[in-house]
Amino acid sequence: MQELLTFTIIGLSTGAIYAVVASGLVVTYTTSGIFNLAHGATGMLAAFTYWQLRFDWNLPAPVALFITLFILCPLFGILTERFVMRGLQGTSEVVKLSVTVALFAFMIGIANWIWPSDSSREAFLKFYEGNKVSIFGINISWHKLITFGCAILVAIVLRLLLFRTRMGVAMRAVVDDRALTELNGGRPDRVAMFAWSLSAMLAGLAGILLAGEQQLNIEPLVLLVINAYAAAIIGRLKNLPMTFAGAAVLGLLDAYYLQFSDKSWFPQSVMGFGISGMRASIPTIVLFIALLARPQSRLRAGVVRIREQNKVPAWSTSVLGAVSLITIVVAISGMLTRSNTLLLLNGFTFAIVALSLVPLTGYAGQMSLAPLTFAGLGAIAMSKLPGDGNLLTLIAVVVIVALIGALVALPAIRLSGIYLALSTAAFAVLVTKLVFNQKQTFMSGNIAVPVLDIPFVEINSPRGRLILASVAFSLLGLGVVAIRRSRLGRRLIALKDSPVAAATLGMSLTRTKLAAFSISAGIAACAGALAGDKVSPQQYDFTQSLPVVLLAVVGGVGTVGGALFGGLMLGGNSVLATVVPTLKNVTKILPGTIGVTLGRNPTGAASQIADSFRSLANRWNLLAFAAAGGIVIWVLDAQYVISHWAFFIGGVFWILAVTPNLVGIMQTTTTRRMIASIYLGIGLVVAISVDWDNAVDSTGKRLIALILLIALFGVGAQRVTENAPRIHRSSPDVIGLTTDFTDEELDHAERELGVVL
Amino acid sequence: MTNPILELRNIRASYGSIEVLHGVNLSIGRGEVVALLGPNGAGKSTMIKVVSGLLRPTSGQLIVGGRDVTGAAANALARAGLCTIPEGRGIFPNLTVRENLLMATYSGHKLSDIEERTYARFPRLSERRTQLAGTMSGGEQQMLSLARALATNPVILLLDELSMGLAPLIVAELYQQVAAIAAEGVSVLVVEQFARTVLGVADQAVLLAHGKVQVSGKASDIGEDVLAGAYLGS
Repeated sequence: MQELLTFTIIGLSTGAIYAVVASGLVVTYTTSGIFNLAHGATGMLAAFTYWQLRFDWNLPAPVALFITLFILCPLFGILTERFVMRGLQGTSEVVKLSVTVALFAFMIGIANWIWPSDSSREAFLKFYEGNKVSIFGINISWHKLITFGCAILVAIVLRLLLFRTRMGVAMRAVVDDRALTELNGGRPDRVAMFAWSLSAMLAGLAGILLAGEQQLNIEPLVLLVINAYAAAIIGRLKNLPMTFAGAAVLGLLDAYYLQFSDKSWFPQSVMGFGISGMRASIPTIVLFIALLARPQSRLRAGVVRIREQNKVPAWSTSVLGAVSLITIVVAISGMLTRSNTLLLLNGFTFAIVALSLVPLTGYAGQMSLAPLTFAGLGAIAMSKLPGDGNLLTLIAVVVIVALIGALVALPAIRLSGIYLALSTAAFAVLVTKLVFNQKQTFMSGNIAVPVLDIPFVEINSPRGRLILASVAFSLLGLGVVAIRRSRLGRRLIALKDSPVAAATLGMSLTRTKLAAFSISAGIAACAGALAGDKVSPQQYDFTQSLPVVLLAVVGGVGTVGGALFGGLMLGGNSVLATVVPTLKNVTKILPGTIGVTLGRNPTGAASQIADSFRSLANRWNLLAFAAAGGIVIWVLDAQYVISHWAFFIGGVFWILAVTPNLVGIMQTTTTRRMIASIYLGIGLVVAISVDWDNAVDSTGKRLIALILLIALFGVGAQRVTENAPRIHRSSPDVIGLTTDFTDEELDHAERELGVVL
Repeated sequence: MTNPILELRNIRASYGSIEVLHGVNLSIGRGEVVALLGPNGAGKSTMIKVVSGLLRPTSGQLIVGGRDVTGAAANALARAGLCTIPEGRGIFPNLTVRENLLMATYSGHKLSDIEERTYARFPRLSERRTQLAGTMSGGEQQMLSLARALATNPVILLLDELSMGLAPLIVAELYQQVAAIAAEGVSVLVVEQFARTVLGVADQAVLLAHGKVQVSGKASDIGEDVLAGAYLGS
């Protein structure tokens, strides 16, 4: 009895911390509609900051607490709102979630950078360490009492704030109708800033309380706080009392499990499967149950105007792209060192995983946070199934994993948006914790996936695998294009654009969603099955999925090119870290940094570049000019005027910086045209005249220089031309009605109305 | 008309690159009620958005009380005494009636004053003060949105499609309230697609079509033929 009571107290105190975290989550979700996956990371960062002030710099606890919770946390919240979240209005759920994933990655990067985990540090002490009170013979630390006190205080303050003050009412009003809040005289931006500050403070408080109990480690802190998501979901992301109750239940479950799992009668395995990962999975299981218990998400009528839009891929360009991708990979793979080949191979593997998100997330608008989990299942299936990697085995793997995908999707399919994303996350965590660590799957931590056995072709070198990966990506990419152009593709798009309209047309939403999920799982399985090497469960961990999802969205999850771009960027990021050790820390925050800019360009980077090229397509003079420039650079190289590196850098600069700007330059005023031309001219001269082979000593630095050149001169020139005052154009709906129209206006109108591609 | 309280000078406004208002001029004198008429897609609601500050015009000037306020934020204009009741129901459905009125206190009036004046005018809202606004009938919701205009003494009132989705009897009742507000000296710009419901209340009428002012003049001078011509495009 005594023991039970003790564990009850432990459980409630854990629950109290979950409650504080979860309430912060609810505050931002209800005011901005953004489910902040980085909420736990905020708490982690606050805990580290507090540790720095309190235990490293030895400030008194009240001072350190005040600085952390009442100065730095609010400041962080304000900056997050102002520079990251504000740009997200009108973007889809996918983009919003990705941005918080980016923020998550960014903060973990920062924490790893400032507080490397290998350095030994002072212990993080509890409040009033060592002090206890005894109630009914049970010892309770002061820290736990303080934790309880904080949770109760937070509950009271939030209740009063949200229902008794104008700020609180305005926070809820903004959710209802942002414009109307403004028309009442309220300032939605300030309200949002306040909400984000409040949320950061709550995360910080919980982080500090938790660190006192669990010690200071990045990963456990971030993930333990993730457990609080389950509590927030139980409260349906808006009901605070239910959230608190859910948090208490979670804390108790955890404590009781801890208590009973020590008993002799407690089973160590169920049907031969070890359940050591069970404790860590409890919150996830609760999350899953809470999600399934949710009522079916209601279909909302009305047009959802989403900022990101992609055009239908044409067969000609897709085939051309696939062929040239394979050609380029075959050509350059001979020149790469073994380690660079492996890194590029890694990039292609990520690209295939990112590709699996294109039909699901890009087309159908369904968010999945578990793409790598399916890749992991694919790898396991490939190594376990007989056949030693022949094509039939591969097909069997794809079919099996696609079926698993459908099976997983089946219960989750009634959910949409954020709830669906969270249920896939719960699935990924469960598989990671309960399946991947079984001896039946990853025996000793590593399994060998056989190399694909294709008739007449022997693949035994990394180069061969790289070429295979590029061929696989191209074929799968063409498959995805085929889907997009088919009846199914149109259904997927309809599912994203307007579920209501699709349903009223008699389309089965469930079947379409199932199709999307199984196609996606099948493609991801290929990435695992084609690994052709030893793989470890860590590669397919849930936390590894997040960067893939993020970079797929950054690259542009609506297009095959975007998936390639995102995957290679993720692969390239590790290239950057290995070749330039000084930049290692920068690479930790790079994906996050790129991701948080998504608000500005929700379609991703690839589509932006593609747009610039597309505008060139029907201007033969500019196209000829671009081609002529490329030939000149090539001739310079062939005649040994410039080196290969200068050719490469000059060529890429010409393609990515000069060519996309041509249309913009032609359309603007004379002065701006001059400035932009000079800008690009300088960039080009630098690109081809620098003695890259001798002046710069590593490949990595050359690549970075190239990126900088493009960013500096290419983007610079774009800025010069795009901010030019627009020449006045009549709106398409009055042209011809009240005014005569010119050919250019007709062109413009057709483009605005989407009549031409 | 010597000293207009609200003036639009050659306002152009667009959504993205599609221009909707092609140079609109309008001026409203103190205490005047101006009806803004026009067919669907004429740009009436866009004009309300521009005047209320929700949409920044691409060119032209917006002048309120003699001061150029082009580009001012909607919330700043609202606190300065410009009251806008937007299209649809100008209420927060998930807040209670009382909380809705609390939101009106940004105008600088005390909640107790606002409540008192609202309940005096609309006793029905008093019974429903703790009810969620979204659960009331359409007429009651529109009363609540009008209450903001009644209780906060605005300088200018902008009304967008007050009649939308309401029974004619209730519309007539609401327009009586508008007339009462105007009688207190508030300048009113009222957008209405159904011209006849509003011409009785208005002093002036402006007819908008294709993003331009087609006709403007005394409300009594706008005849059926003018309206028919504008609406039917002859």
